[in-house]
Amino acid sequence: MNKVTNIVLAGLGGQGVLKGTDILADVALRAGFDVKKSEIKGMSQRGGSVTGDVRFGERVFSPMVPAGETDFLLVLEPTQVAPNQHRLRPGGVLITPAAVCPDALPHKRTLNVALLGALSAQLPLPEELWLASLRAAFDETFFEGNKKAFLIGRHGKHQENPGE
Amino acid sequence: MKQPDAERLLLSGDEAIALGAWHCGVSLGAGYPGTPSTEILESFSELGGRAQWSPNEKVALEVTLGAAFGGARALATMKHVGLNVASDPLFTAAYTGVSGGLVIVSADDPGMASSQNEQDNRRYAQASGIPMLEPADSQEAYDFTFAAFEISERWKIPVLLRVTTRVCHSYTVVRPREAKAAPPSPAFHRDIKGRVMIPAYARLAHRKLRLKLAEMQEWNETSPLNSVVQGAGGLGLITSGISFMHAREAAPDATILKLGFTHPLPMRKIGQFVQGVRRCVVLEEGDPYLVEALRGAGLEVEGKAEMYRFGELDVARVRRILSHDLSPEAPSPAGKPPQLCEACQYRIVFDSLRQQDCIVAGDIGCYTLGVLEPFEAIDSCVCMGASLGVGLGLRHVLPPAQARRVVSVIGDSTFVHSGISGLVEMVYNPPVTGHVLIILDNSTTAMTGHQEHPATGRKLDHEPTHKLVLEELVRALGVPRVHVVEPRAGSDEFDRLLSECLRSGQLAVIIARRPCILIAKQLKQYEPARGECPAVLSSQAQ
Repeated sequence: MNKVTNIVLAGLGGQGVLKGTDILADVALRAGFDVKKSEIKGMSQRGGSVTGDVRFGERVFSPMVPAGETDFLLVLEPTQVAPNQHRLRPGGVLITPAAVCPDALPHKRTLNVALLGALSAQLPLPEELWLASLRAAFDETFFEGNKKAFLIGRHGKHQENPGE
Repeated sequence: MKQPDAERLLLSGDEAIALGAWHCGVSLGAGYPGTPSTEILESFSELGGRAQWSPNEKVALEVTLGAAFGGARALATMKHVGLNVASDPLFTAAYTGVSGGLVIVSADDPGMASSQNEQDNRRYAQASGIPMLEPADSQEAYDFTFAAFEISERWKIPVLLRVTTRVCHSYTVVRPREAKAAPPSPAFHRDIKGRVMIPAYARLAHRKLRLKLAEMQEWNETSPLNSVVQGAGGLGLITSGISFMHAREAAPDATILKLGFTHPLPMRKIGQFVQGVRRCVVLEEGDPYLVEALRGAGLEVEGKAEMYRFGELDVARVRRILSHDLSPEAPSPAGKPPQLCEACQYRIVFDSLRQQDCIVAGDIGCYTLGVLEPFEAIDSCVCMGASLGVGLGLRHVLPPAQARRVVSVIGDSTFVHSGISGLVEMVYNPPVTGHVLIILDNSTTAMTGHQEHPATGRKLDHEPTHKLVLEELVRALGVPRVHVVEPRAGSDEFDRLLSECLRSGQLAVIIARRPCILIAKQLKQYEPARGECPAVLSSQAQ
């Protein structure tokens, strides 16, 4: 059976949603999966809602996560939970900023990476590939901070079930 | 773009076209920025290709046509509405053909993620008589770029590479191949009858074009660009582009004819496919381009219900089409709409326009967001450059009390794109009440991601070039009142100037100049020698 994992990242323009999907897709690619990533650019970048879809598995067809089939919904901004929650499948996992303690983060800008850490704990993607991808995604000087944020998310309280 | 030499790359469709063009030895890429096409030339430039922004798409197509007349491989890129601007050269370039290779990318935007309409540019291939390829993912975007140049060079004709937002902006895996052999060195070969479209020669050229199309259609009957996915049941689907991906997922058991070369269509192949399945449904986004062509050829195929003509298709909508589901679709919960940035200087302009109760003919760019709350200060937005003509037309016919409130508002890049001829119209046929044009000059093409244009004085790769000075151009056209002002929070200078121009009853141009705050850092890198801010701080009038 061709099982595809569907992940949606959501937030507001400027929060690093698309950077987050870049990293996630890159890790899945490094792990040898077929990967597709879909995003809408343009008007959404002027502070509006931004979402990005990442799908990986043995073979992926549509680049967009079909309605109601999202396995993991990762939301960077609490106000963006409501407009996106309908995309989760029954039993799908919602990850919000509450998954990490903001004071523990090296910088509030690393929230996207910390939430990827929380997501990573539930995905079949090895930690070394995540770290390699993080190293490649940013200027080298940011790596230690991002690594720290990622590990805080990865080892912290990492999930909420929808409706809780 | 990441690691061009790695074996598996995760590329957007735009990046894949750029990589394909680079591996094809394209000598020159030209275009005008437009979502979702913009990143093609940017990526091509980053790879080392020669890429340039033209003032508009018509010029870009003409420049690349000239390059292809000279025997080079050339790439023109634009969004769907850009091809409207370039349609004049397009139709006659189909007659002249080319000596080298010419590929025209039209990036369509079904669903209008960032556009003013969702026109389906497959119609242009048919209307102008040029061949068209439609990739479904980044691998095909890469491979079809090769195929497009092969077809272009074999039949000496421009080729339309038609992509859509989901192909341009989705990232999928690409395995690059070996670079294509370089074309012969560019050289001029005189071909007066083939290139000079006076009626006597154009009549011959039109017949030649139809012969080429007949040959290409025959070749397309067995072209590897079309393929069949054999399924289990009696359901047959005919698709092209991204719709194929949704179809594969929504109907995993269907037999699918995936068309990659969609003009001229391989009608015999399609006919055989239709005969071989029990039920045949055409799945296509947008207009019923394939359905109409197939039915016109006498084939009995199902299309989609009219409600699915609007917006993009996706897996859920394909399932609905296949099950004849006509029930209303649940609207997606509204997210937060985009808005003018908090510190955007245009906020000051739209505050004034609103306070002075102006009737505003708007244009295409970030500033179109002035239509939303809290400003609601734009009364029309049609196409690039339309603010001038629409504003003048309103001035001509409205009763004087209303006519005096009409203002045209256009951005700097849009003004250079197609506002200049509107300004010539303003001085040639001035309304009796005068007119006011505001050029919102933020020194960049902001909406599409901050591309350069002729009035920034920098080329696509941000290297310096001749700078078009807007106020000099405007004065040279004969506008009597020309003002340059920096809109600043806490200053009523812009507000007073607008009021004065409106009252004057003259023709006036106000250049509201202040670089976009989002590129302040980049500007310092590009122009270290010119100081902190290239804005002209004092207003001037003559």
